[in-house]
Amino acid sequence: MEKTIAGKIITVNEEGYLTDFSQWDENVGTELASEANIDLTPRHWEVLKYLQKEQQNQVALSIRRVGKSGVVDIKEFYSLFPNAPLKTSTKIAGIPKPASCI
Amino acid sequence: MKNLVILGAGTAGTMMANHLHHELKQPDWQITIVDEREEHHYQPGYLFLPFDIYTPDDIIKTIEEFIPKDVTLLKRKIERIVPNENKIQLKDGAELNYDILIVATGAKIAPEETEGMKGEEWQKSVFDFYTFEGALALRNKLRDWEGGKLVVHITEMPIKCPVAPLEFAFLADSFFKHKHMRDKVEITYVTPLSGAFTKPKATEALEHLLHEKGIKIESDFAIEHVDNESKTIVDYGGREIQFDILVTVPTNKGDELMERSGMGDDLNYVPTHKSTLQSKNFANVFVIGDASNIPASKAGSVAHFEAEILTENILRYVKAEPLKEEFDGHANCFIETGGGKALLIDFNYTHEPVEGSFPFAGIGPLRLLKESRMNHMGKLAFRWIYWNVLLKGTHIPFVSATMSESGKHYN
Repeated sequence: MEKTIAGKIITVNEEGYLTDFSQWDENVGTELASEANIDLTPRHWEVLKYLQKEQQNQVALSIRRVGKSGVVDIKEFYSLFPNAPLKTSTKIAGIPKPASCI
Repeated sequence: MKNLVILGAGTAGTMMANHLHHELKQPDWQITIVDEREEHHYQPGYLFLPFDIYTPDDIIKTIEEFIPKDVTLLKRKIERIVPNENKIQLKDGAELNYDILIVATGAKIAPEETEGMKGEEWQKSVFDFYTFEGALALRNKLRDWEGGKLVVHITEMPIKCPVAPLEFAFLADSFFKHKHMRDKVEITYVTPLSGAFTKPKATEALEHLLHEKGIKIESDFAIEHVDNESKTIVDYGGREIQFDILVTVPTNKGDELMERSGMGDDLNYVPTHKSTLQSKNFANVFVIGDASNIPASKAGSVAHFEAEILTENILRYVKAEPLKEEFDGHANCFIETGGGKALLIDFNYTHEPVEGSFPFAGIGPLRLLKESRMNHMGKLAFRWIYWNVLLKGTHIPFVSATMSESGKHYN
């Protein structure tokens, strides 16, 4: 489905995740974050950029992996993106939510 | 004479030995397969052991009987791969040189990665079923368990056979119904993902299964530690879930050999090109099955499809021809849903599992993403196929290595 955000039309799935990363930019990210009641700080951006890089390299993301990345520890990851940090941060980063095969 | 060495004689390594010995023959080629173990286990059978559906004899044979006579089987421990020198160092000090190396060392559980998981309750009230010993210990526990809180739990992805924990929950529901004690057991399925099903079509088709079986879901649970004293699992956000029996799927990792050889990522998986199966760092090294980091499912069916494609690519490599980027992540799995029924799913890197018919479009006889007795018969028949067809590298008729879109309902 289509959605207008930060003055741009983007395509998202029914859960609000971007289906085409090329439509993502920092303004889109900022808007998606404010929908999740998060004001992005430089620390948030470091984590988001790291997640995008891992996604490009097709690395399976997990909380533990993020925690061992050297970019952010798990405690801080939870404080930056409360409740379900991986689910929230991947949505803001414009990348797919970690999924199983079914 | 040139040397091709295969490390690991599990599903993937055994299939490669059987494919390649027809193609790379003596005196030009010597094929050697190295594995320190004596036994070949049919790993999908581990799921059935705890419920007394299979016995140990059903799932164990010798490694030897599946290795062709003209392939040398070395039952020795591997110390290190030295890829810059094209050689393998064995634990006993011997060395093997190779022209081509196939890494098929698989993946295994690493409960030590989670604090308290392998604590004093390990195999008393905390169990795994991804090992033979774990599945047997769980069987013994379930035989006379009188009920309580059964928690089925996934630590983190990726894991071997991502549907197995779900199958375990479904089979547990059936098992306790048969024992007329389902009302004494509370089954909770705990996952780090956002739900038991994360793909849209499967969620739509299968969510009712959980409701009708009365299985509770706890999603987005990232475990921090197991508290052995209070028998709870605790996540990084402070959520706690109590258990009387915890059936956990611990973190899965590739073999420590990768760490010793400096060839793995942080989970000991080998960086691999996802469509050629060539190592990203060494042109004469290929990786198949659970050992690689490709974003496909870790499952025997994936290894089976990879083996057909990898065989061709190795022959191209031998002739100095460019490799074909053919592997599409194809997987095909039966999912036990209990009560003598099962589902079948067929998918790849880009196409999620959907409804339809398999292997013949519009005919079946198997139905995709729908429960049926026929699918369950298929799952049980598959054990025979595994031992007699799949491991021997025989092509399974009508099932292609790349996924077919025909007969599937994508929209």
